[in-house]
Amino acid sequence: MSEPFLIAEGMTGGYGAADILHNCTLKVETGEIAVIVGPNGAGKSTAMKAVFGMLKLREGQVRIGGKDITHLTPQARVAEGMAFVPQTSNVFPTMTVEENLEMGAFLRRDDIRGTMEQVYSLFPILKDKRRQAAGELSGGQRQQVAVGRALMTQPRLLMLDEPTAGVSPIVMDELFDRIIEVARSGISILMVEQNARQALEIADHGYVLVQGANRYTDTGEALLADPEVRRTFLGG
Amino acid sequence: MDLLNAIVALANFVLIPATAYGAQLALGALGVTIIYGILRFSNFAHGDTMAFGTATVILVTWGFQAMGIGLGPLPTALLALPVGIALTSLLVLGTDRAVYRFYRKQKAAPVILVIVSMGVMFIMNGLTRFLIGVDEINFDDGTRFIINARDFKEATGLAEGLALRSTQVITVVTAVLVVAVLFWFLNRTRTGKSMRAFSDNEDLALLSGINPERVVVYAWLIATALATIAGTLYGLDKTFKVFNYFQLLLPIFAAAIVGGLGSPVGAIAGGFLIAFSEVGVTYAWKKVAGYALPEGLEPDGLLQLLSTEYKFAVSFVILIAVLLFKPTGLFKGKSV
Amino acid sequence: MRTVLLFAGMAGLVLLEGLTGGWNTALGIVNMGLISAVMALGVNMQWGYAGLFNTGVVGFVAMGGLAPVLISMPPVTQAWANGAPRMAAALAVAVGVVALAVVLYRRLTGRTRVLAMLAVLIGGFFLYRALFDPAVAAIEAVNPAAAGYLGGLGLPVLLSWPVGGLLAAGAAWIIAKTALGLRSDYLAIATLGIGEIIVSVLKNEDWLARGVKNVVGIPRPVPYEVALQSDTDFLARAAGLGIDPVTASTVWVKLLYAGLFLVVLLALIWLMERALNSPWGRMMRAIRDNEVAAEAMGKHVTRRHLQIFVLGGAVLGLAGAMMITLDGQMTPGSYTPLRFTFLIWVMVILGGSGNNWGAVLGGMLVWYLWIKVEPWGNSLMGFVTSGMTDGSALKAHLLDSAAHMRLLTMGVILLVVLRFSPRGLIPEK
Repeated sequence: MSEPFLIAEGMTGGYGAADILHNCTLKVETGEIAVIVGPNGAGKSTAMKAVFGMLKLREGQVRIGGKDITHLTPQARVAEGMAFVPQTSNVFPTMTVEENLEMGAFLRRDDIRGTMEQVYSLFPILKDKRRQAAGELSGGQRQQVAVGRALMTQPRLLMLDEPTAGVSPIVMDELFDRIIEVARSGISILMVEQNARQALEIADHGYVLVQGANRYTDTGEALLADPEVRRTFLGG
Repeated sequence: MDLLNAIVALANFVLIPATAYGAQLALGALGVTIIYGILRFSNFAHGDTMAFGTATVILVTWGFQAMGIGLGPLPTALLALPVGIALTSLLVLGTDRAVYRFYRKQKAAPVILVIVSMGVMFIMNGLTRFLIGVDEINFDDGTRFIINARDFKEATGLAEGLALRSTQVITVVTAVLVVAVLFWFLNRTRTGKSMRAFSDNEDLALLSGINPERVVVYAWLIATALATIAGTLYGLDKTFKVFNYFQLLLPIFAAAIVGGLGSPVGAIAGGFLIAFSEVGVTYAWKKVAGYALPEGLEPDGLLQLLSTEYKFAVSFVILIAVLLFKPTGLFKGKSV
Repeated sequence: MRTVLLFAGMAGLVLLEGLTGGWNTALGIVNMGLISAVMALGVNMQWGYAGLFNTGVVGFVAMGGLAPVLISMPPVTQAWANGAPRMAAALAVAVGVVALAVVLYRRLTGRTRVLAMLAVLIGGFFLYRALFDPAVAAIEAVNPAAAGYLGGLGLPVLLSWPVGGLLAAGAAWIIAKTALGLRSDYLAIATLGIGEIIVSVLKNEDWLARGVKNVVGIPRPVPYEVALQSDTDFLARAAGLGIDPVTASTVWVKLLYAGLFLVVLLALIWLMERALNSPWGRMMRAIRDNEVAAEAMGKHVTRRHLQIFVLGGAVLGLAGAMMITLDGQMTPGSYTPLRFTFLIWVMVILGGSGNNWGAVLGGMLVWYLWIKVEPWGNSLMGFVTSGMTDGSALKAHLLDSAAHMRLLTMGVILLVVLRFSPRGLIPEK
């Protein structure tokens, strides 16, 4: 079996003097959904940011498609096929939905209409609202814009930081369905989730982080079945 | 009671001058608001950028006049404008390189940038004085009037004259054209949209691969062009004097804040709001009221709410009212 | 140590000026330098202690400058008799109207509030003008060539110094109430506005301080040179020191002023250092360094800012009153923002924001430069143009432009300090 599409190995580092991540490893296969779960302050978002290059690593390396990108800036990683959806302020609020998508494709010089149609077919509501300012949309719709914007770069790896934070359960299910759809189209997904149970249900692989280190790593199904994980992290 | 004369007097003394002044303020406020949107600080050097730009336009105008180049009935300054914008842009971009970029890299607090812009203001003010001196300069060499008060009276038989100066028409026409081009640029071009995106959400713009330094350069270029145009139009309409341009800073800032800092539409609305309030409050309404009110009710006083020396107080009161009751401005600017 | 050396250097510059340019000029620079130092202290309180950006310094200084006129000039009795009661009534109405509007704003809501406030404000404005305009006319009609204003209270001029502080503090309180708590740029713009307005009030309200007609001959706290020159004791002492009476009297007067200013300056620094090292001062700095954390700890950030802003304004007003006392005349036309707002800022930034001694040094040094740059510019231009033919347009232009070197130099100093030594000459401890 060939190497996984994304490998982030032995990541150690933090913002200041103290490390937040301790030898943390994350891997995502092509077209697979990997989910990072764990208690508050476990370094989930930090791990994600480290993968995207927003955090300086003291040790460890990040490879995508076999290429070492450990020392690239986030912008350069976008060009390497990574796309990142931040947890908050992830749209351009005064710009229309369509302009948000265009800005996602800012670096592309080719015709973007095809990609835009794909995003619209994935999120039909956005097509109806494409002339509306993104800031006027509901929380769930804004998340769709954010994911759509990220997809416009035609990424090979989509990274989502708590995409369902602050949206209702129905919207959450809907969003997860779409994410599965995106993964089926061959895009790898790395996602941090607060709603651990639901997220692991759709995950091919799950990573349970505690204090910046891997505690459990297995398939989503196996983690959900593991009594230890259930008791400590999923509330029984 | 004589409504027709009242309307003519109103147009002559309030509507026309305030419209021209409003257009000048709006262009100035647009420059301030664009710099605020992209670089996130209130640029205290904007008034002096206007002065410097206008000074270069005047110098180029004199050069053209010496060479015998002109635009016939239009002021030569319009021809000199592009050259003036180019020269001023060089200075401003140089300033950005030498001064502002350092603080941008450091992610300095906005208030530090404001203080830095104060230093730039000093230097620009000094340079402008150096270039052209401190005296009043009248550089309008075009036809003075489109409609002359006496001709108007003869043609209509009304007691009130209506004067329409060509600089007022030029101001409004230029402002409309400039604003149209600006909005086309911001809403229709890739670069313009990337500027709006950067202004909306800097981090996300970076994630989308928008180059911040490029956006900043465009912001300075646009602000400089707007400042030079606004300054030249103001100078044509009135006269050029360095200190007056510094004083324009207050109404311009007021216009930008009232409209909502960072909002181009707001800057335009704010400009006209400030201009009409200023002219309306400092105008002696006796004449208009004399025509409009029934006989016997004509007022004795001048009906001037505030003397013209206090026109800055008008911008200030509007500014304070907006800050107190709606700090983000009428058109939802950026942060409080 | 560094502080001592820097102040010794400053003293050296003054000595050099005294030896080369005469003690009169040197003391002139010292006196305005001391006043500038007090102004710099005021700005330093607002900026260095609390991070408040005040661009209306000129207004507070001018407000303080009004005090010597109102306190020490002899009253114009005729004007008082003709217009004072009506003027008092007009001003009382103005205050009453604003107070009523504020009460209505607090008590009512919705549309009634807007309508009630508009009615009160508009009606109040016309009532105020109905009282105010005739009062102004009555006052200004009294001997317009020499008086045309109310005059003052005829009290000793030194009393006007604290009063100047109070007047400026009042103006600072009004602006702080409205603009504090908003983002820092807004305070800068609001203060820029209040500065312009205070100056235009002083220029235009002739009944108050004669406007641009100026008030001259404000009484002095020190003897007049002419009086000294006819004082036999003084003449004997001057002769004993071997100084001619004219020089002796002018230098002596300037020394007396310098003594007065120095007393005020040292007293202020003593008070401020004590305040800075008290719990109150530590809290101020905590707030400045991390507003959010201080707020979370239950500190009333806006209220503290209000205090420091008003105190700083008072110091600026005090300096303004001192300056008018030194000048002996009130000339509202000379209050320009470049000279009285932005120059003071250069003093604070160069000296070292947050450090009182830094502010004092900055005030003295920048004032010295402000005075000296112009002659230096002239000689520089003279040197540059010495090779050019006489009468060439460029030469004439360059020589004329030397006067504008001041602003350029100040801008360059400000930018260079901010870039390479943002903590200033004497950094905060």
